[in-house]
Amino acid sequence: MSDSAAHVVILGAGHAGGTAAALLRQYGHAGPITLVGEEPLPPYQRPPLSKAWLKGEANAEDLELKAPDFYAEQQIEFRPNLRGVSLNRGARTIALSDGSQLGYDALILATGARAIALPIAGAELDGVMFLRTAADAEHLKATIGPGKRLAVVGGGYIGLEVAASGRALGAQVVVLEKEARLLARVACPALSDFFRGYHEKQGVRFELGASVEGFAGEAGQVTGVRLADGRVVACDAVVVGVGARPNDELAADAGLDTARGVVVDLDARTSDPNVFAIGDVAHRPMPIYGRMFRMESVPNALEGAKQAAAAIVGKPRPPGECPWQWSDQYDLKLQIAGYAFDVDEILVRGDPATAKFAVFHLKGDQVQSVEAINSPPEFMMGKQLILSRRPVSKARLADPTVSMKEVAA
Amino acid sequence: MAKITYIEHDGTEHAIDVKPGLSVMEGAVKDNIPGIDADCGGACACATCHVYVDEAWLAKTGDKSAMEESMLDFAENVEDNSRLSCQIKVSDDLDGLVVRMPESQH
Repeated sequence: MSDSAAHVVILGAGHAGGTAAALLRQYGHAGPITLVGEEPLPPYQRPPLSKAWLKGEANAEDLELKAPDFYAEQQIEFRPNLRGVSLNRGARTIALSDGSQLGYDALILATGARAIALPIAGAELDGVMFLRTAADAEHLKATIGPGKRLAVVGGGYIGLEVAASGRALGAQVVVLEKEARLLARVACPALSDFFRGYHEKQGVRFELGASVEGFAGEAGQVTGVRLADGRVVACDAVVVGVGARPNDELAADAGLDTARGVVVDLDARTSDPNVFAIGDVAHRPMPIYGRMFRMESVPNALEGAKQAAAAIVGKPRPPGECPWQWSDQYDLKLQIAGYAFDVDEILVRGDPATAKFAVFHLKGDQVQSVEAINSPPEFMMGKQLILSRRPVSKARLADPTVSMKEVAA
Repeated sequence: MAKITYIEHDGTEHAIDVKPGLSVMEGAVKDNIPGIDADCGGACACATCHVYVDEAWLAKTGDKSAMEESMLDFAENVEDNSRLSCQIKVSDDLDGLVVRMPESQH
């Protein structure tokens, strides 16, 4: 690559796409950059949509990644309200949803993921909502308020953050989770129990092991959620947060390697040397764990953007980062570093009753991942330990009187 | 508007107007000023918005919360005048503020 006159097209104007555009200019790319997005808004942060936005503490402007005149000033052509329809890799063109063709020298796929819709009866009723976009968040915000009954389907991050925000707004909240515990895909049982207890203290009700069969409604408006056991949970609104699917169809149709996500290498490059994939849509290698997988987090989007921009401009590959994510619920800050692959021991540091503790996942005497609640030292040192693969003394790790800096020394 | 000067590690200066209410971090990031990464977007979750506040201004930037202290402890090359810029809210009082960025945030 490193043809500084190259026309870079970025398909997808979310966190990954927006950051890639900005980094290309920051790294000195002089050629044209076209940023295409399906939403009407320029790139913005999604994490606050379930938190500060819902609680009325942030507005659309606050969430924008860059000042409004940034794109024009940086000569980044931003084209909203457009989707990619098909990709012709031989001709290096994309057919867009307005019927036009867009040529590229280098293409970055940043098409993200879409909220999984439950294909069940009543899903089309008014008041059955998802939370992925700013438009979704606006819709949801208008619906929650004091006394409103909100049913949340899914006890993952989205569900729990919406529950916390819902309570802050005075809504009655019930969370319906199909697994036996919350955060089943991303956290360990000890953490699931902790969050359940904390939410229950804030007045959130849980139905675990609850399969949702359909939505009941009246005059087109949802009135309840029907569970597999026959019960109907009455509600005024529903938020469905049961996961997301990568938007990799365009890539698959164009013959790129996909594996529930677009397969890329350590430079975010796909099986086509002129095409990159970053963010929620990318299926990428994680050398720390000796495997490839797809992650949905802001740090993942940022790292992919750095990799693709560096590769296009001809800068050295950025050093590998430890994957991480965070979730804010009430006054709890959950910071998770790494993934719990190949774990043979779980070690708790600190006392969960104080809401300040960390759960370390170990493979032998190496830290594979850490889940930290209100415990920045455990999170920050955890990231370093995961990345360095440095062995730790479990006795010292379990002893909160030994500082994390000493543990890692 | 508050005029804030962001000085990169190599000495390059960027003096810009930042709207009161934004954080010092947001002022830099929205203008694509290099040197402040702010990976978590201001959630006090990543310590990649680390800046050194000019001594004359340090007191005016206010006190650090326990979370900021904790996170800052793990940034690189932390000094007495270090702050996480996502935690400093811009107001007219900070008109003229000068901050320096570290060599790297990672």
